[in-house]
Amino acid sequence: MSTIAELESATKSYGEIIALNNITLRIPRNEILTIIGPNGSGKTTLLKILACIEKPTKGTLCFNGERVNERNIDRLRLKSTMVFQKTTLFNTTVYKNITYGLTLRGLSKREIAEKIREVLKIVKLEGYERRFAKKLSGGEQQRVSLARAIALETDLLLLDEPTANLDQRNTSIMEAAISHIRREKNTTIVLSTHNMLQIGTLSEKVALLINGELVNVGKPHEILNAPKKLADFARIENLFSGNSCATQEGTTIIDVGGNVQIEAAAKTIGRASIFIRPEDIILSKTKIESSARNVFEGKIVEISDLRSLVKLKIDVGKPFVVQITKRSFNEMQLGLSSKIFIAFKASSVHVLD
Amino acid sequence: MAHKNKIVPVLFLILFSIMVAILIVSVEEFREGLKEAITLIISGNPEVIEITLRSIYISGTATALAIIWSIPIGLVIGLKDFFGKHFVKGLFHALIGIPTVALGLVLYLLLSSSGPFGFLNLFLNPIGVAVGQAILITPIMVSFTTSAVEAVEPEIKDLAKTLGASEVEAALAVLKESTAGVSLAVVGSFNRAIAELGVVYMIGQNIRGQTRVLTTTIAMESTSANISLSIALAIILVVIVFSVSLLSNLLQRRFK
Repeated sequence: MSTIAELESATKSYGEIIALNNITLRIPRNEILTIIGPNGSGKTTLLKILACIEKPTKGTLCFNGERVNERNIDRLRLKSTMVFQKTTLFNTTVYKNITYGLTLRGLSKREIAEKIREVLKIVKLEGYERRFAKKLSGGEQQRVSLARAIALETDLLLLDEPTANLDQRNTSIMEAAISHIRREKNTTIVLSTHNMLQIGTLSEKVALLINGELVNVGKPHEILNAPKKLADFARIENLFSGNSCATQEGTTIIDVGGNVQIEAAAKTIGRASIFIRPEDIILSKTKIESSARNVFEGKIVEISDLRSLVKLKIDVGKPFVVQITKRSFNEMQLGLSSKIFIAFKASSVHVLD
Repeated sequence: MAHKNKIVPVLFLILFSIMVAILIVSVEEFREGLKEAITLIISGNPEVIEITLRSIYISGTATALAIIWSIPIGLVIGLKDFFGKHFVKGLFHALIGIPTVALGLVLYLLLSSSGPFGFLNLFLNPIGVAVGQAILITPIMVSFTTSAVEAVEPEIKDLAKTLGASEVEAALAVLKESTAGVSLAVVGSFNRAIAELGVVYMIGQNIRGQTRVLTTTIAMESTSANISLSIALAIILVVIVFSVSLLSNLLQRRFK
């Protein structure tokens, strides 16, 4: 597998602060590499260096085998583009926003018009050409940012948490667009995300970045099968690993230890990593009959106040984090050591590898 | 919000109209002068036209000159971090308030035939007046441009670069994003230049047919009993200032 970009012992510091420390990373061509890690771990800085926007303080970046330097940086910058986490748009129409990069690449007006029509279709914004970009909704604005980037058809596409703060509909459109360009254009993509589902569905390789250091790089299951380290640092809750086996009904049972067996709707065999979103878990004081395939009894061992929400840690043999509204918490008259049942559907169990 | 934006100029116009109405009603000299002034403007008096065109030419040249150095300086101060940046910004801010007569005096000492730059023959010369006005408006243009550039989202420069722009192209993209503020800097500077008296009088000395402009003529003629010419020129001056601001607003909306 050839390499499109390669960082060699790259360090980036801002005064006293070291944002990236001695990073060596190879970006394989025609793959999606996902970078995960907590906020402030250096993901954005890493992407900016790969985009030739920032220069490493120490170390080197090679692009298509060519070492990036002052003389070739402007030329090599044309080979990649980045979509920022904070949506950034020029103060003009959608059309002119997308035109900017295409004009710099010397495309004719006709080619630009065709390209814009094509990319707006991919992000489902047909007919938005004349709309004022900054007056669109947040999700639409981020889709314009993606359209503007994919219109350039660069060798490398860098996406910095592109779906952060987006609703489910916009996230789905963005993910479909990313899959489309990966499939149709064979573009190499580096994506930073907190969304564990995207690791499972989009990426072929995962890099774990913590405190500016590259802790691990590998296939998704290799990284995610060390869930303790990942959960501790990447703030993933209800992440478990265990051996799985298929049921006759077509679901999967994963034994995560502590006498806890979780039923998942997805099919998987062997060692598996799963997670359940805290907001997908229902609490009840008595065992209720419902469609939920997973019901466990436990007791509350930790309570944290999150303004309108309350986060509870419930020990059912394995600790589960559950999130409920403050009103529900008060009405249920819960406290530390309260006995409680948790329930969640098999379809709420996300299998990661 | 758009409503609030309209209220201020309308209020200003009402106040201005009330002031003129009071003058018309209470000062006979003004009444007579206004009549004659309107006649002078309508009849296309050659002297009025000549003075008006010279004023526009000199202040337009001054603005063009100041743009050449002020906008790049404003762009650099706005975009780059360097040692002493706050001091430089503060200095330009402070220089906005420099008394025009004081600057005029300094320029007179430098540019007059006995001064160190006398050999440039800029004294008593329209180009010399334009250079003087360009120096006067530089702090306004630099400060307004810096503020406009700093008000642009810092990510715009990175965005332009990641879309393929070089450093210079990225800086121009930031400048384009700050068009509204930079236009205000240019318009404000032109209006300051065309309406100022100190520099133009100290360097140009109001020579008929050479350096006589609207402000110097208004000042001179109002003290020599030719109030109608002063009023005519004052009306023209106000109309120019308002028209330039209005035109700038319209152009900005058109090209957004």
